Amino acid sequence: MAELAARGETAEVLFWVGCAGSFDERAKKVTKAVAKLLNQAGVSFAVLGAEESCTGDPARRAGNEFLFQMQALQNIEILNGYSVQKIVAACPHCFNTLKNEYPQLGGTYEVFHHSQFIEQLLRDGRLRVEGGSFKGKRIVFHDPCYLGRANGEYEAPRNLLAQLDAEIHEMKRSKKNGLCCGAGGAQIFKEPEAGNAEIHHVRAEEALATGADIIAVGCPFCKLMLTDGVTHHGKEGQVQVLDIAEAIATANDL
Amino acid sequence: MISSLVFVALLAAGITGFTLQVRRLRRGLALARPAGRHDRQSERWSTMTRVALGQGKMGPRPLAAAMHLIVYVGFVLINIEVLEIILDGILGTHRLFRAPLGGLYDGLMNFFEVLGFLVIVACVVFLVRRLRLGPKRLNHPDLTGWPQKDAVNILVIEIVLMSALLLMNAAEYQQLATGSQLAPWLISGLMLPLFGGWSASALSAFATSMWWLHFVGILAFLNYLPRSKHFHIILAFPNVWYSKLTPRGQIPAMESVTTEIKSMLDPSFVPDPNAVPPARFGAKDVHDLHFANLLNAYSCTECGRCTSECPANQTGKKLSPRRIMMATRDRVEEVLTGGQGADTRSLLDDWISREELWACTTCNACVEACPLNIDPMDIILQMRQYLVMEESAAPSTVNVAMGNIENNAAPWAYPQADRGNWIQQ
Ligand code: SF4
Ligand code: SF4
Repeated sequence: MAELAARGETAEVLFWVGCAGSFDERAKKVTKAVAKLLNQAGVSFAVLGAEESCTGDPARRAGNEFLFQMQALQNIEILNGYSVQKIVAACPHCFNTLKNEYPQLGGTYEVFHHSQFIEQLLRDGRLRVEGGSFKGKRIVFHDPCYLGRANGEYEAPRNLLAQLDAEIHEMKRSKKNGLCCGAGGAQIFKEPEAGNAEIHHVRAEEALATGADIIAVGCPFCKLMLTDGVTHHGKEGQVQVLDIAEAIATANDL
Repeated sequence: MISSLVFVALLAAGITGFTLQVRRLRRGLALARPAGRHDRQSERWSTMTRVALGQGKMGPRPLAAAMHLIVYVGFVLINIEVLEIILDGILGTHRLFRAPLGGLYDGLMNFFEVLGFLVIVACVVFLVRRLRLGPKRLNHPDLTGWPQKDAVNILVIEIVLMSALLLMNAAEYQQLATGSQLAPWLISGLMLPLFGGWSASALSAFATSMWWLHFVGILAFLNYLPRSKHFHIILAFPNVWYSKLTPRGQIPAMESVTTEIKSMLDPSFVPDPNAVPPARFGAKDVHDLHFANLLNAYSCTECGRCTSECPANQTGKKLSPRRIMMATRDRVEEVLTGGQGADTRSLLDDWISREELWACTTCNACVEACPLNIDPMDIILQMRQYLVMEESAAPSTVNVAMGNIENNAAPWAYPQADRGNWIQQ
């Protein structure tokens, strides 16, 4: 973004990469898939790079309002400084915070989850999905809490998966009733409280029970949790956990 | 004459008792800070109509929803008859509305009787379900002791009230109308064999005692209600009216924090001189919660739909969103009663443990599941805010993540300068 601004250019959309998307190996693959799809569709996009900071979501949900607002106000200053208007985030937590929580602090943007943005590209005819490579595969989608229940978006990811020419299955609990992967509310950064099971093991079991070859996700944290869950059940060789962006990028040979 | 006096005295006592209880409830709610939810009024009315009156969120469990609807409609409509009971009682008349209404009266009575019978059936099914077959949420450690008894009491009272009505009608018909042109009413007509061979005076005494039982039962119920989870038949309405209408994923911003940070970052920033800083950040006790939180607590039906959807609870963690609501209500009651040590105790630690608070994934499943739009997550988050901002008492791993956010702008210890490295990789 800084380079674009220095050249006096603007981008159609700012791609908010997020912390997981910047640093975690499994999530970085999602970041690259989104970037490739945006390129393929001819979308001019920018990233903040070293100027991006954590949105503050985990801090706020852990109860640290002070740290959240520090993060938010700094990010807003940078975003407003570049007159950013449209943001696409590849993480439902970033998406939710940018969309629903930054306006209270003076940062109002048009914010999309990557599934929504890619769906829009398809609708506008700027992107096409070659379904072939997923033919005959069974895919099940796990709803991220912060995309689904928190923001009521259940269809965009499913519409994208429907393009893949694969069999789409639903878990017993999905959409509004979907079970959390166990990562939210800063859980992923801490040890779980004493109990008799791990949430992500339970959710992975539910997903595996559908006989899926691919568990599709829309959140880097769900991806980490469910990948661990699949490994826990000894299915890491047979079942893949893929972000919808990765699935579409693979279908398009990117 | 004497019976009229007794009646009026009982009625007055019943209503006074109820009024006192409602006052107590208002004192409880007044402990809270304001919720600031008087905006978007038309949306509030329509949400109330859909969710409270229209039972809009009962859908996912259709059988329970249908039976609940019968009891709810039955309860409301049959109470129309109370109007006649009260007038009869005061004036010393008998079935005051019968002559003026004529055939319509029989129609109404038939309708009430059928409804009353269905209520009895539904209540019996609910009892059996709760005590024998029950779904796990109704047979749950949250309900041990009084809450489970409360639920049973309510069902039994309903059954007794409805049975008294039907038995009274049957005995009265047997006494006055056998052999007459009058057709018996639909349900009490089937009960006539019970009274075969009874003398006229026995029938009359029985019918009268059932009439009194029904009346006294209603007054008792009225006074029991405010102490019971069953008060939701009334509180559901204001409770839903005060629903959170802002996006589900949005936590309200603390203005005092914004002011503090803005003055820190920008020396020329002038804070609003009228702003009153909060007594403390977050919630340690019920006084720190907002009005809708406490109204939620009083309205909770203890149905456990939230807890049965909660990922933490399903995996054996101590957290149960229903228990959060019940504990909040119990703590308000403790403050009102003001017993020994009530003011040295608090919602945090004495009623809700830190372990419960830290187990929440903020997934919103409890909020989605609640038929009354109750928001247990809101209380959990406010209590976490207290723990972190007043006591710095987050789990050490969370502190590490927050330290990283502060220093590296990410919850992990990677340098911010490397955020764009994926582009080259
Ligand atoms: S938001 Fe918290 S309390 Fe509510 S269901 Fe999810 S984990 Fe349980
Ligand atoms: S909070 Fe709602 S869902 Fe949970 S027990 Fe109370 S009424 Fe039922």
